[in-house]
Amino acid sequence: MKDWGYKISKPRTIDLDTADTNRYSELIEKLPSAKKCIMCGACSATCSASNHTNFSFRQCHIMFRHGQYENLSGELDKCMLCGKCNLVCPRGVNTRAIISHMRLLLLDMNNRNIAL
Amino acid sequence: MNFDPLVIPFLAGTVFLLLVVSSKFFNWIRHMDSMQLSVIKKNFATKITIQAICEIFHESLLHRKIFKKNHRLGYMHMSLAFGWFLMIVVGKIESLFYYGSFYDRPWLGIFFKYFARTPHHYFMIIPFSFIMDLFLLVTLSGVMLAILKRIKSGSLGLKKTTNHILLDRITLTALWWIFPLRLLAESSTAELTGNGSFLTGTVGHLLAFLPVEHIEIPLWWAYSICIGTFFLGLPFSRYMHIPTEVILIFLRKWGIQAGEQSSGYTNIQLNSCSRCGLCIDACQLDYAAGINNVQPVYFLRDTRYKQLTPEIADNCLLCGRCMEACPVGLELTMIRQQLRQKPELPGKNYYDYSLSPDNTTKSDIIYFAGCMSHLTPTIIMSMKKIFREAGVSFWFMDEDKGMCCGRPLRQQGFLQQSKDLVRKNTQLIRSSGAKLLVTSCPICYHSFKNEYSLDIPVMHHSAYIDMLVIDKKMELTDSAIDMVYHDPCELGRGCGIYDQPRHILQQIGNLLPVESEKKDSLCCGGSLSDMAIDANTQKKIMNKALEIITKSGPDILVTACPLCKKTFGQNDKTRVMDIAELVATNLKLK
Repeated sequence: MKDWGYKISKPRTIDLDTADTNRYSELIEKLPSAKKCIMCGACSATCSASNHTNFSFRQCHIMFRHGQYENLSGELDKCMLCGKCNLVCPRGVNTRAIISHMRLLLLDMNNRNIAL
Repeated sequence: MNFDPLVIPFLAGTVFLLLVVSSKFFNWIRHMDSMQLSVIKKNFATKITIQAICEIFHESLLHRKIFKKNHRLGYMHMSLAFGWFLMIVVGKIESLFYYGSFYDRPWLGIFFKYFARTPHHYFMIIPFSFIMDLFLLVTLSGVMLAILKRIKSGSLGLKKTTNHILLDRITLTALWWIFPLRLLAESSTAELTGNGSFLTGTVGHLLAFLPVEHIEIPLWWAYSICIGTFFLGLPFSRYMHIPTEVILIFLRKWGIQAGEQSSGYTNIQLNSCSRCGLCIDACQLDYAAGINNVQPVYFLRDTRYKQLTPEIADNCLLCGRCMEACPVGLELTMIRQQLRQKPELPGKNYYDYSLSPDNTTKSDIIYFAGCMSHLTPTIIMSMKKIFREAGVSFWFMDEDKGMCCGRPLRQQGFLQQSKDLVRKNTQLIRSSGAKLLVTSCPICYHSFKNEYSLDIPVMHHSAYIDMLVIDKKMELTDSAIDMVYHDPCELGRGCGIYDQPRHILQQIGNLLPVESEKKDSLCCGGSLSDMAIDANTQKKIMNKALEIITKSGPDILVTACPLCKKTFGQNDKTRVMDIAELVATNLKLK
């Protein structure tokens, strides 16, 4: 078959009644600008990392919001925090901070207590 | 009479102080990197040590740096530190003359007038009493200024002063009381024995209406208790900076620098902060955005008392203005970076999408635009034009699929990830066989210059263009426009590039002076280093900075950073251009 360079996503269902949204609540408490996201995808279009991979901030954001943590940590690790998405966002969403926080929330918040 | 119970509070405080401070020093030095320790060993017995002693005299006692910036504040610190120091030293010499032995009891100098009640037995009484009274007067004037500063910080040329914790306030009060109490105690003794000079003698006469013989002993007790309290609180309060700064100056002179990881040296820097609060007025987050709990003085304090929260550690533009203001010269941005450190997963390889060195184009010059420049395509177009006009062939390293330089990750404490990118970019740069790397982004420039170990020179495009013009590879036309230049933080304070961009601009038009420029340059507010503030706060900082920079009413605001251009570009008053764009439109075509 001809390879057109894109493929259909696997079918999946998200049950919002059982989805774990605790971490998302924690995120928007810290970074309320996450709520302003309109999922326009400008961030993903400009992304330096998406030149090399299929990394997409928009997708990670939706997955995190719906408690779909599978593979998410690995996805987030593709981000280089270069900051282009922050500048193109038409809604002023603090994208880098959200990525960084999602990483840490997934790792374990307790590791972040700074001890010297 | 060589002993009296009233010296006990002083003695107990002194012994406690010496024990705690020396154990702290021992612990910090033990926890320093082995690299740092070997640097100390190398430079220990050289003339650097003597230079360090001179600097300690200048900074810890005379407070020369503060004096240069603010005379009144400098005098306040000098009179307190140097005045007290001289009182201790000359007091010791005085007691040496009186008792004739150097190894006499240590408190005899501190309580000299109390014990030396028969002054006519030694011949130097008049000059010594006079000098000691003079030093006491100088120190008291410092205390007066310190109190004035607490009441009204504007009187000493400060907009804001530090908001202190309770322990600092107690220790501060004890310190302030030491000198007035010494004056009263010495005066009452002077009235009884006649051993006073112009100050203590006069005040003694004024006290004569009181039952001096009854209040003399309580006053000396109060004096002793105040010193004891001050010494007791010193190791745990801001005053720990007094002994620690001495050690810091030695270590710094011997060549120690803060590394990427926190170590015993970080602790020494934390404790060297005197919480003077000079960083508060320098911080744009405070005066432009009203954020008043993240400045280095509070950040270091929270870290020292183990109360640092990620919110405070993350909220900093890393612009470096505080480092310019800090009289102690602490490496504030590096400490902030150390404390942002995130947990690492050893052995994990993050960015496996590296371009293979097969894609490299062999070329003498590499052009690395940087991620941010890809959002300001006119900078890239201008640079291409400049390269073409100068007849330079180059490889555009990140034209299509570039990687980040790694500095944004490093600033957020993702050190492991950053090192991964550094390694991959280094491979690519090496495989091209280039002899020079030119970049358009000051963030990348700082990173390539300091965080990579490339064996080729790295230039920011402003310095590179200046070099092309000096080498007569291209000529500029004079367009007689009025402009101001904004120093990007990473380029100016970060890498010391101030003159080359100005040299170019002076050939193109009229470069107007700016109130805060070069080392005092402002941050545009768009810094990638601060993830804790939102877009509105960034805009507030930008507007305030723009107002100051464009006070002279220029036609254009020129900068040398794509991020500054993007941030200032949001305004609708002044046109913002990158230096490369301005050069490209003012080239004398061949």
